[in-house]
Amino acid sequence: MPEVRRLLPESTCRSDPASPARFTERGWDRAMERALSMDPDEIIADVKASGIKGRGGAAFPTGVKWESVKKALGDMRYVVMNADESELGTFKDRALLQQDPLGALVGVLIAAHAVDAQKAYCYIRGEYRQAEGRLKDALGTLRQLGWVGPNGVDIEIRRGAGAYIAGEETALLNSIEGKRAEPRVKPPFPTNQGLWGRPTLIQNVETLANVAVLLAHDVNWFKEYGSSDTSGTKLIGLSGHVRRPGVYEVPFGYPLANLLNDSDLGGGVAGSQRLGAILIGGAAGTFLSSDEINDSVLDYASLARYGANIGSGALMVFDDTVDLRWVLRKLARFFSDESCGQCVPCRIGTRRVLELIEHGGLTTRQDDLRELSQAMRDASICGLGQTAPVALLSLLDRPDLIQG
Amino acid sequence: MGLTAVFGSGAGTSSYEDFHRTAFILLVGSNAAEAHPIIFHHIMKGVKNGAEMVVVDPRQTLTTKKAHEHVRIAVGSDIALVNAMAHVIIRDGLYHKEFVEHATEGFEAFAESVSTWTAERASLVTGIAADRIESLARRYAAAPTCMIAWTLGITEHHNAVDNVRGLINLALLCGNVGRSGSGLNPLRGQNNVQGGGDMGALPGRLPGFQDITDPDVRHKFEAAWGTLISKVPGYDQTQMFHAMEENRLKGLFVIGENPVQSDANSRLVRRLLSDLDALVVQDIFMTPTAELADVVFPAFVSFAESEGTYTNSERRVQRVKAARKAPGEARDDLWILASLARSMGHDWPILGAQALFDEMRRLTINFRGITYERMEKLRGMQWPVYDENHPGSSVLHERLWQSDPGPKAPFAVVDWEPPVEGLSSEYPFLLTTGRRLAFFNTGVQSNVYDHPHKIGEWMELHPKDAMDLGIQDGEIIAVESKRGRVQVPAYYSEAVSPGTVFMSLHFPDEVTTNDLTIDATDPQSGTAEFKAAAVRLSRLDEAAGKEA
Amino acid sequence: MHDQLRLTIDGVNVTVPQGSTVKDAIEATNQSVPTLCWHENLEPANACRACVVELKGSRVLVASCSRAAEDGMEIQTTTERVLNSRKLVAELLMSTSNADLAFDLQHLAEITGANPGRFSGGATWERPLQDDNSLYVRDMAKCILCYRCVQACGEDAQNTFAISVAGRGFEAHIDAGFGRELPESDCVYCGNCVAVCPTGALIGKTEWNLRQEGRWNEEGLTRTDTICSYCGVGCALTLHVLDNRIVKVTSPADHPVTHGMLCVKGRYGYEFAQVEGE
Ligand SMILES: Cc1cc2nc3c(=O)[nH]c(=O)nc-3n(C[C@H](O)[C@H](O)[C@H](O)COP(=O)(O)O)c2cc1C
Ligand code: SF4
Ligand code: SF4
Ligand code: SF4
Repeated sequence: MPEVRRLLPESTCRSDPASPARFTERGWDRAMERALSMDPDEIIADVKASGIKGRGGAAFPTGVKWESVKKALGDMRYVVMNADESELGTFKDRALLQQDPLGALVGVLIAAHAVDAQKAYCYIRGEYRQAEGRLKDALGTLRQLGWVGPNGVDIEIRRGAGAYIAGEETALLNSIEGKRAEPRVKPPFPTNQGLWGRPTLIQNVETLANVAVLLAHDVNWFKEYGSSDTSGTKLIGLSGHVRRPGVYEVPFGYPLANLLNDSDLGGGVAGSQRLGAILIGGAAGTFLSSDEINDSVLDYASLARYGANIGSGALMVFDDTVDLRWVLRKLARFFSDESCGQCVPCRIGTRRVLELIEHGGLTTRQDDLRELSQAMRDASICGLGQTAPVALLSLLDRPDLIQG
Repeated sequence: MGLTAVFGSGAGTSSYEDFHRTAFILLVGSNAAEAHPIIFHHIMKGVKNGAEMVVVDPRQTLTTKKAHEHVRIAVGSDIALVNAMAHVIIRDGLYHKEFVEHATEGFEAFAESVSTWTAERASLVTGIAADRIESLARRYAAAPTCMIAWTLGITEHHNAVDNVRGLINLALLCGNVGRSGSGLNPLRGQNNVQGGGDMGALPGRLPGFQDITDPDVRHKFEAAWGTLISKVPGYDQTQMFHAMEENRLKGLFVIGENPVQSDANSRLVRRLLSDLDALVVQDIFMTPTAELADVVFPAFVSFAESEGTYTNSERRVQRVKAARKAPGEARDDLWILASLARSMGHDWPILGAQALFDEMRRLTINFRGITYERMEKLRGMQWPVYDENHPGSSVLHERLWQSDPGPKAPFAVVDWEPPVEGLSSEYPFLLTTGRRLAFFNTGVQSNVYDHPHKIGEWMELHPKDAMDLGIQDGEIIAVESKRGRVQVPAYYSEAVSPGTVFMSLHFPDEVTTNDLTIDATDPQSGTAEFKAAAVRLSRLDEAAGKEA
Repeated sequence: MHDQLRLTIDGVNVTVPQGSTVKDAIEATNQSVPTLCWHENLEPANACRACVVELKGSRVLVASCSRAAEDGMEIQTTTERVLNSRKLVAELLMSTSNADLAFDLQHLAEITGANPGRFSGGATWERPLQDDNSLYVRDMAKCILCYRCVQACGEDAQNTFAISVAGRGFEAHIDAGFGRELPESDCVYCGNCVAVCPTGALIGKTEWNLRQEGRWNEEGLTRTDTICSYCGVGCALTLHVLDNRIVKVTSPADHPVTHGMLCVKGRYGYEFAQVEGE
């Protein structure tokens, strides 16, 4: 099966990505008109029925989140688009924003209408200058077409603070508020107390793009792709030892092996041409052996059997010559550099993990590493510290992968 | 003084915690962040809880920096502002009509008196734009509750009592007294100003603010003390100096004060004290005042070496305890007083602090229920405490809101008068004085520890004025008033407005700021005008040139 | 709305008023909860994670000091995961900071059976002492980054905001005024940060000197509560006296006037009381 084109525009789409022509070509006029003609509760019901889950990593049911924001008490509500994308091996939001920035913004407007928000922010990674430019142009187009402006929802673009942690939703809120990008404790969740204490909906770029295509069509159309568990498509960032690295849109339920090998997708393993392992889910992802890969499809339940997660959709491929301990050291350094430094298990734990790994602890200090990992997962404030040891544990659990 | 006249007792009407739950905080002439830092904590809790804070102050301070609005007012024009606010509130019918009707008197005359105080007129006097005055008045009136607080910026003027009455008028207009989150709060400059008043250290009052001219009161105390009490109030400090000047007062007993450095026009004070027949000073230090004395009694350091109580600005009476032994010949204040009486032939018992306090509890109503044990357990108690089961009073004058409000609270007609000393071409700058965070009064306490910011006295001078006079940042200059001359380093500061300069009184050994200030005093309270004196500034070489 | 909440703590039923935290509920069963960063007068910083407990239905452990109690919560305080996390917190901190004066941390290590040396040998917070003023000393090698000083200097008390956290990860550290020396920062020397510091990283100069000279003697100290002699706020002071000299001033944390906070005069301006015959 060839690569799907829903979130990403058809390759035949030739109009300027941020232009009014593109707006109609992609059906966003239809989506906006439909949305505005619908009661907000109807929209939320559709989003729930579509089965869209968050694409930023946590896969939380999107419609449920919208409902909480809608119900939360407050004189003001906000929508925030999370385009901070700093996860290792993840570059799908950049592709989306460059190829079709209007879609995500239309998603923002629909979300704002549905949850009754008056203001929206797009928080975009600092290094994404080109994507930011596209986003600005697209915003200009929406203003020109009258969809954004003083009478409706206002959208403001904020450039990220250059830290991985700023992508964590509550750290992101602090950053928008002009504070240090440190995560907040949850609860209270942003849905109840987000920006300046007001109910706030935070959604990944890709999630919002899904909403836009949903509203441009309908629930039945949306569910034509995907598995029985998870409908729709997912953007996957393929990198490492594959012939054709890049961003691909594939339906949920697609076999992982095909993702690597199909000629119009990964095109097969590069390097030694023999598959060693993949790391799925980014820096906090899980190493899977080739047997496990051959036994898995792109879906949450299937991967959960091996303790793995799709996360943001990063898939790094390693041929059988790569020393995964070296990869692990890179990951450990990443976390130790990117921890915000707020809580003890993560601030010191990530450093000790790095030191232990650098000094052969993977073989000599396994018990200490496991206990430390457990404390980090259990007691860290945010997802960074909680998931930092995941890749490490997956290797400890797969001794075959590091004996090579 | 103002509070006593209106409500019968001279004390703040609220608790610090009322700042946490108020909607509006109006600080007038108060740099609480520096002069009362821990009250400022309570104020900021209120701000955090959503209160609007407006600070009226001629100078920019740490306090004004935290305010939602800093109303930068011309020195000594507070009454004009307050009257204009009242004008707007009455004109637009925004005052609390039921409260005014039920609990106050004199409203008509007051309304009449402010009828000419339009915001435009006040603007000319205060230098505040008329629309800001209007807006402030309306926001104040719209707030469901308001805490008004003031400090020396209001009371260290020749018209101090009028200033306070003006603020009381404002509170009465909107019912901002006698309930939770609303009240009138003088922030006391010294630790036991309130306690001294409580104990009757006022010329016309006996303990518990009981009026010395009331025969019943006198008889009660005469019976308890076995002595006659004069029905004529004694002198206040200003009257004493007048009496000294006229040679009617020849002996003085000074306890824990340093008037040579703390009082306005210090040259005059020094001369008067030197001319006395007898001067006795009881202090913990050999202060410049003590140096003039015929006899000096060395005393314990009250807060660390002796027993007793202090009363704070929220009427909380708290225990003071000895933590260390006093050195040498120093003695407890009580011991000194009683022994002095005994050696003069009176049979005064030498009582401990607690016994004395118990006597006072019997003779007053306010303190009746405050025992040493309860103070210890409850971390102090706020008077009045009517009996030993009474929990203390976090808010005063709640009666004003009850069906029988008791004596009605009178409005006062107060009019603005310019500061006593006008500026002239000869003395073109207005000197105003105040406090700095790390230091205190004349510095006898605060100049002992080694604070990193201790660089001695300096003057805050607006850069524009400095340029006009060719004064460098940090240059030592001469400052002269009609009364004296000092030299002080002048630093550029945008905290003062052009035409105004600021100094503190904290370093009198180096810079006797009070040689410059003016001893015009408020006829009602006896407080001197520290806040506004006309001065001229000159560079030292110029000054020298002129003299030569 | 209920105004009483019912929870079970290790299987024991407990009822607490609305607005209580999980920690309050645990304490209502007469258990104590270990904490390092929590302080009764500061907003919970949630940094140390020593107070974590297991909440039924929650994937991760929750910080009991800040988690609002809810009706029906089932809490476990002694599970293997809870004990492991607490022990690790102690071990990680002890591998990093000098715990000589961190009595709460020493206690945590003791009750969790921590092995203080388990993770040592790596990077530490060793750094030079900052002794740039006469009122207090900063020995950041002792800091555990509990955030108490940041909060005391900021919104929770002093509102001066001279102290912040700079840097990320292991390099995150307490910073007074963007790397400037203290006397040039916004610091007003109220010492409220010193008062809340649980590790001796911020410590009064007098106490520090006496400790250096080996003359600090807990047994010989008397503590007397009295009232400040400066302004009319009437702050409660606890005078710590050693050999008839005031060596430190604090304020009771439960005092309604101060909440444990003082200004520079009350906390450090006491020398006038003991300048004897000099
Ligand atoms: C350390 C960390 C970094 C994160 N970075 C991102 C990010 O760059 N982009 C993103 O969309 N979500 C990121 N997330 C997830 C967000 O916290 C949040 O779950 C997401 O924005 C919600 O949107 P969704 O429901 O549409 O996925 C991150 C989470 C963690 C813990
Ligand atoms: S887990 Fe790490 S990144 Fe998250 S709050 Fe704690 S220290 Fe910061
Ligand atoms: S200096 Fe003290 S109070 Fe501040 S973070 Fe470090 S340990 Fe905590
Ligand atoms: S500690 Fe500061 S604020 Fe408190 S009474 Fe003393 S001088 Fe006033």
